[in-house]
Amino acid sequence: MNVTIVDYNSGNISSVINSFKEVAKDKVNIEVTSDLNKIKSSDKVVLPGQGSFKSCVDALNNISGLVDALNDFAINNKKPLLGICVGLQMFADIGYEETETKGLGWISGKVSKIDNQNGKYKLPHIGWNQINIVKESKIFKNIENNSHMYFVHSYEFIPNDKNVISATIDYSTNIVCSAEKENLFGTQFHPEKSDKIGLKIIDNFINL
Amino acid sequence: MLKNRIIPCLDVKNGRVVKGINFVDLKDAGDPVEQAKIYSDGGADEICFLDITASNENRSTIYEVVKKTSEKCFVPLTVGGGVRSIEDINKLLNCGADKVSINTAAVQNPKIVLESSLKFGSQCIVVAIDAKKEANSWKIFTHGGRNKTDIDAIKFAKQMEEYGAGELLVTSMDRDGTQKGYDIDLMQKISETVNIPVIASGGVGNLDHLAEGITKGKANAVLAASIFHYGKYSIKQAKEYLDSKGIPVRI
Repeated sequence: MNVTIVDYNSGNISSVINSFKEVAKDKVNIEVTSDLNKIKSSDKVVLPGQGSFKSCVDALNNISGLVDALNDFAINNKKPLLGICVGLQMFADIGYEETETKGLGWISGKVSKIDNQNGKYKLPHIGWNQINIVKESKIFKNIENNSHMYFVHSYEFIPNDKNVISATIDYSTNIVCSAEKENLFGTQFHPEKSDKIGLKIIDNFINL
Repeated sequence: MLKNRIIPCLDVKNGRVVKGINFVDLKDAGDPVEQAKIYSDGGADEICFLDITASNENRSTIYEVVKKTSEKCFVPLTVGGGVRSIEDINKLLNCGADKVSINTAAVQNPKIVLESSLKFGSQCIVVAIDAKKEANSWKIFTHGGRNKTDIDAIKFAKQMEEYGAGELLVTSMDRDGTQKGYDIDLMQKISETVNIPVIASGGVGNLDHLAEGITKGKANAVLAASIFHYGKYSIKQAKEYLDSKGIPVRI
């Protein structure tokens, strides 16, 4: 099996690469590339994302044909794709970080700044928070409710259809920290930085 | 609920772990990769490496340490010390650091914070503030505490937030290495001035000091070196202690 981590100059992806290699050992081939053919022929794709919504979308668009290849993989062929952090946020129709920016439009909704309630809540939301699993998700197999995951973000994904929400956290409001729609999986937290429990989520995705 | 973080810090020189008392009198005490792994297995919420002689010699050794650590530890890794340029930040991130802390360069050229937070995202830019009390204010020090400036630490903290820093790592130069506890007034002033997370550092000698950093100093994370490094307390003991005081931690 081939799992491809999309390398599109979206910032630091070494941690994502290291964690997938740690979980995959020699059983699964982990590719790190922006090569369109390799993405298309891959069994699973991981879409990381760091920095702003706009910078990630711009970086995707800067690689000719990449968005089409991802659309083909995830929407037409319905193969499993995991978005991490801004990778998940880009599933939305639109994001409001820096300036209004069009997302991939895979799960309808928007990405807005977390309400800090006039400074009561510090942003970025950095650190370990407990996730509240609200629906059964294949990537949460053998993950206990209220497990701690590592977060670092200031914006939240707000999907229109609440049925796609698989887990939330409590920070200022109920923030979506995981979404699942058919073959699309996304986490606002960083499984690659969430210790053994995070590696378990990666393992679950690899073994889908 | 967001938990308060406990961050063990390892001072690294020429690829080896040391811990200075007031930044001098260094003792060599081990391999940073193994040490970091022990901490992450023990429940550390983050690992911090401070490359203390980075500005002078053997700069490249830290890259190898970061690379090896990030292949073994799956909790966030912050690396600082001698970070001078966007290129330095880029290299550390590429080696597997999750955050880079900038100290002297942020004071000498604050625009590096602006540029790097735009380029890499605020989430990976930590500004390390070394401050010392003078009359009724705190002044910024640079170069690992060797050089004094006339910059007011509280104002500088606010400026760094405006320039896009994702977090502030605040070290009291009066307390660092003394084991007398954090400079609570300094931590509280900065925590209440900025709306980004603050990591308290400098002076931890017992577990009560960690608790005070959070309850009185209003810090979101507490950093300590020697109490963990010399085995006085384990990360687990520290967390259980904070938990017993009603302070939310990841256990």
